[in-house]
Formats: sequence, C-alpha cells, structure tokens
Amino acid sequence: MLKLIWLIPLLPAAGVVFNGIFGRRLPLKAVGTIACLSVLIAFGLSVGAVLELAQLPDGVRQFEIDIATWLPLGEIGGTDLTIPWGFGLDPLSSILLLVVTGVGFLIHVYSVGYMDHERDYARFFIYLNLFMAMMLLLVLGNNLLVLFVGWEGVGLCSYLLIGFYYDQPFDKRTGLTCADAGRKAFIVNRIGDFAFLIGMLYLVVEFGTLKFSELNTALASHGGTPGWMLTGIGLLLFFGACGKSAQIPLYVWLPDAMAGPTPVSALIHAATMVTAGVYMVCRMSALYSATPEAMAIVATVGAATALFAATMGITATDIKKVLAYSTVSQLGFMFAAAGVGAYVAAIFHLMTHAFFKALLFLGAGSVIHGLNGQQDIRKMGGLRTRMPRTFITFFVAMLAITGIPGFAGFFSKDEILAGAWNSGNTVVWAVLGVAALITAFYMTRLVWLVFFGRYRGDDASWSKAHESPALMTVPLMVLGVLSLAGGWVGIPAVMSGWFGAGDINKLHHWLAPAITAPGGHGADAAHGGASVHEAGMETMLILIATVVALLGIGLAWMIYRRDGAAAAWAKRFGPLHNLLRNLYWVDEFYELVILRPFYALSRFFAAFDRRVVDGLVNATGATAEISGQVIKLFQTGLVRNYALMFLFGVFVILYYVIRAV
Amino acid sequence: MGPQWLLVLSAVLFTLGAFGVLWNRGAITILMCVEIMLNATNLAFIAFARQFDSAEGQIYAFFIMTLAAAEAAVGLAIVIALFRLRESTDVDELNLMKW
Repeated sequence: MLKLIWLIPLLPAAGVVFNGIFGRRLPLKAVGTIACLSVLIAFGLSVGAVLELAQLPDGVRQFEIDIATWLPLGEIGGTDLTIPWGFGLDPLSSILLLVVTGVGFLIHVYSVGYMDHERDYARFFIYLNLFMAMMLLLVLGNNLLVLFVGWEGVGLCSYLLIGFYYDQPFDKRTGLTCADAGRKAFIVNRIGDFAFLIGMLYLVVEFGTLKFSELNTALASHGGTPGWMLTGIGLLLFFGACGKSAQIPLYVWLPDAMAGPTPVSALIHAATMVTAGVYMVCRMSALYSATPEAMAIVATVGAATALFAATMGITATDIKKVLAYSTVSQLGFMFAAAGVGAYVAAIFHLMTHAFFKALLFLGAGSVIHGLNGQQDIRKMGGLRTRMPRTFITFFVAMLAITGIPGFAGFFSKDEILAGAWNSGNTVVWAVLGVAALITAFYMTRLVWLVFFGRYRGDDASWSKAHESPALMTVPLMVLGVLSLAGGWVGIPAVMSGWFGAGDINKLHHWLAPAITAPGGHGADAAHGGASVHEAGMETMLILIATVVALLGIGLAWMIYRRDGAAAAWAKRFGPLHNLLRNLYWVDEFYELVILRPFYALSRFFAAFDRRVVDGLVNATGATAEISGQVIKLFQTGLVRNYALMFLFGVFVILYYVIRAV
Repeated sequence: MGPQWLLVLSAVLFTLGAFGVLWNRGAITILMCVEIMLNATNLAFIAFARQFDSAEGQIYAFFIMTLAAAEAAVGLAIVIALFRLRESTDVDELNLMKW
C-alpha cells in the first residue's frame, strides 16, 4: 500500500467534495458518517503503508513517489529545478501520519456527537475534512513546497474553523468576536509564513532543491555554504514554525483560537496543526544540526515559551484557555527538545501530547456540552459524579500531562529533560523543570475546579448537567487508553533495565535513522545521549521529574482544596496575580508597539492616497475642465464671428505659406 | 490683356464679398456676398485656364456654378424657414448654437 500514499490526502478531499455538494440536504448523521468514513479509510491506508514501510530493512526505510510535475522551473542556481507533486513516507512522517489520521478519526467521531445541536454541521464537517486533507498533504509531502501547500491549507482551515461561530462575541476582555479571533490567527500566521517562504527561497538558491532527501544529502556535505547562511535559513524557517506552532513572539493567536468549536481546538489547536512547526524543524534536522546557533535559539525560545505560557495557564478561568496555554507550553517543550538535539524526544512528545491534549480538549468539550455551553471553571465543580466517564478519562490525561510515571507524558517529558541535561543546556533543563512543575499545578487546579469540590453554578444548570452520549465518550476512552499506554513505545533503556527487559525503546530505533542529530547521523545523540552518560544520572533525572510533578499536584491540591483559599493566595500575590490575569499585557503591548504605529502608518498612506494620488488625478480633470471653460467663450454661436476667425486663420496660413516661398 | 488684371479684379471681388459676409447682418445679403466670392473664384479659374490653354479651369468653373446654384437653393430655403420661425433674417439674433 506504500504506492498509494498519495491517495491518503485525497480521501478526506473527496469527503469535502461530496459533503460540499450534498451536505446541506443531508442529515447530520449522514454527513458525519461520510466525513468519518473518509478519515477512517485514510487511517486504514496509513496503517497499511506504515506496516509495509516497516518491512523494509532498517536504515533504508524511505519511500518517495512523484505523481505529477508541478513547477518545471528550469535552471535555478546552477541546477535544473523541477518541483513535483511528490509524496514520501519515512519513519518520521509515519508517526505524524498515524497520529493525524488516528486522532483525527476519533475527533471526527466525537464531532458527530458534539455538533448535534448545531444547524451548520455540513459546513463544519467540510472544513474538518479539508483540514485533514491539508494536514496529510503537509505530513506526506516529500519536498518543502508541497509541505508549504499543506501548511497554508491548514492555516486556512484553522481560520475558517476558529471563525465558525462568526457572528458570536468571544472575548470580553479584549472585545474580540469569533471572526476577529479567526482573522488574528490568520494574520499572525501570515507573519511567520512570510519568513518561512523567504527561508525556502534561500534554500533553493543555496542547494537548488527542496526535496528533503536531497537536502539531507546536500547538508551532510555542506562544503560551500557559509555557516551564517545556514543559521539564517534555520531561523527564518523557525520563525515560520513559531507562527504555526504558537511560540514566542507569535503565540498570541492560539489562546484566541479557542473561539472555534471544541473538537476543532482538539484536532487543530492541540493535536495536529500546531505541531506542524515541530515536525518541520525535525524534518529539517540536517539543517539545524549543522548550525548550533540556530539550535540554541530554538531551544531558548522553546524553553521560554514553555515557562511563560505555563504561568498564564495558572490564572485562566476559561476551561479551554487553560488548555490553550498548556498547549503553547507543551509545544515549547517540543521545540526545546528539538533545540537541544533531542529530535526523537520532540516527536515522541508530539505524539503523546496529541493523545492527552486531544483527550483534555475533548473532555473539556464534553463538560461544556453537558453544561450547555458553560466554559467558566469558576462556575463548575463537583462534576465527577455527573460525568464519570468524562472525569476518569480527563483525569488520566491530567496524569499523563503532569508526568506521573507510567503514563504517556511521563516518558516523553522525561526524554526531553534528559536530552536537555545531556546536551549540557542545564539552564534549559531547569526552565523546563519549572515549567513542568507549573504544568502539574495548573492541571491539578483545572481538574479540581471542574470535577471536585462543590458546584458553583446555579441549581438549574446542575440538574441539567449530564454525561455526554457514547458517540463522544467512546473516543474519550480510546484516547484515555492511548494517554496511558502511548508512551510505552519509548521506554528509556535505563527504566526497562530495572525490569531486566533490555533496550525496548522501539520508537527511538524506529525514528533515529530519519533524524540527523548534531555531531553525526547517529542514534545515540538523537536519543539524548542516554547511553553515553551513566545510568545513575538518568535515574536521578527521572526521580527529579517525578518529584516535580508530585510537588505541583500537591501544591495545587493544598491551595484549591478549600473554597476561598485560592482567593487569599491571589490577594497575597496581588501584583503578580494581576500580571498573570492580564496575560502580561502582551496583547496590549503588541497593540501599542505594532498595531498602533501600523494603523498610524496606514492612516498616513490613506491620507497620502486621498490627497496626493487622488489629488493628481483630480488636478488632471480640473485642468481639462478649466481650459474648457475658457475656450468655450470663443464659441459664441454667431456665424459672423466664426467667419471672422476663419478669415484670420486664412491670413495666418497665407502669411506662413508666402514666407516659406 | 494679361491675366493679371483679371486676377486683380477677382481678388477685389473676393475681398468685397468676404467683407460683405462679415459686415452684413441680413441672411440674404450674406448669401449674395457668398455668391460674389464664388464668382470671384470662377473668374480666377477662367483667367488661369485661358493663360495656360487648359480646360481644367473651365471645368472647375462649371462645377462651382453648379455648386453655387445648389448652395443658393439650400441657403434660401433655410432663410425662408428661419424667417417663418423668427420673423427676422438678422444673423446676430441667431446665437443658439453654442454652449
């Protein structure tokens, strides 16, 4: 089935076409079934393709197929450049492929249940399927330009889906409507994409190709390319990734992206699209490994974002916004991992994060659904008795994200921390550690405020609070199992050693050949150098990570256990609390530093256009009119006047004729 | 008698006609002055035809005569129509054809 990978993105696209034509006349169940089916078949094909890929011998697990020529560009930079509609599958894209189609399918199923009150379900599923098609194009493209098509396509779908409730207000603090939120996401992404595009053009100029395989070969022997050029390209591409994956300074769109329906938040703004930046950086690992400067910046930005976003998660009161900041923070973890050279850890965390964050979002959606649209966690509480299935799965996801040993997030987060430590970036390691502590804190706070304690809404809503239908809870359970067991594919060697199982880190062996780690095309370095350092240190790191997670949970439990205690703590840290409540005033800062000057400049240009450009055009018209006003005085209507002028003209002509003779 | 006297006569007649057109206000008088101008031209044509022993000048003279007849017919018809409408043939009163 490896030869059919180009078909995988086309299946959801077929769903788009079908639902686009007939969707409005079909009931929700039919539209949903078609949408789910198209993704399910794509998932089946993906599994088949990946299984076939696994049959190939280790080290040459790579498959490429060009189905058509796209851009025959001719001679560029000394080489004949032709960009095909090329698809490829290797261990790296296989992970993404399975996550996107698998989690995507679960979220599609969930959406059928979630959207049952919605009138515009056809539009929703069309967008969702279009997103799947574009995301799969992004994952399967074997060159950067095809990836970029998918990259822009998912951005478009993100915009469409954030603005799905385009006529609804969204954020009271900033006065944003849902349509505004969509626009914000699109424009912020465009800033990053611009840098991405420039980076891509430099790659073409420098290497004469955009194919990943050829780029890797070219980069392996990067003789003629100066280091600053590689760094520049790396940073430009990373800036694009910052936009897509919501990193500082372009993270501002993701919290507002929560304006979209919750399954969208789960699929696009947690599990798949926002991880595209991480995927791209890992995809270009050969480039980044050749430029330590760019890697240092990636690691710094990632770690800073991880900490920064986590702190904002502490005070958010919207259930989805807590998760949104958490997503930004976790993406920071992934970039930090990529930045310290632990690409495998980054992809591992990408995968487990897709499981538990999708589960958290879907669980949040289930809560919102059960409370008839209530999203404010201050008005929730004690819901564990009303929504037992949602609660248990949500709790599993929380344990996974906080990094309790055995759960998926533990293994990936541990690998990232180990990678940071082993690469010598102790500052990054420490920052990530603090971020992990805060993560455990705000996740416990969220779970406590939603599911424990006393219900803080009104009685009417309590009596109506209900568990969601099976269509929604079954995907939750599947994701719950994945959040528990999904990390077992990457158990670090030192841990499996405790049980005498030897090295069973399957994921690592699977991914390592597709990654170029700094200092050579090697497995050990990509792993985070676990086998280089002694096992004692590794065990120590695992212990520290676990203690940090438990500490965060304990701290939050202590504060939020009793009503009112949290308010007292907030008062004690008044200015800090205020700072966090207002999200560091970053939106206001951007408004002041970027938007206001930009608007002022726009107004200046508008005035210039009105006064100067329009003025010139109007002056031309005015000249014609005024001269007409003057010349019309000669048209008296009197025949004898004309005759006189005629005669005068004759005399003038005669004069010249005679003079010429 | 050389052609020069004929040409001088033609020029004098033409000038008289032209000034008549400019000077007079009555439509009929203007038409008459136009006839004088046309005939002055005829005279010049004939004089040159005689001088160069060529028939072309004479042919032109015939054409101009025909044209003059047609012009007079049309012109007089317009003047009559005008008089019926305005009870006057003073061209200075006819200044509607302007902006």
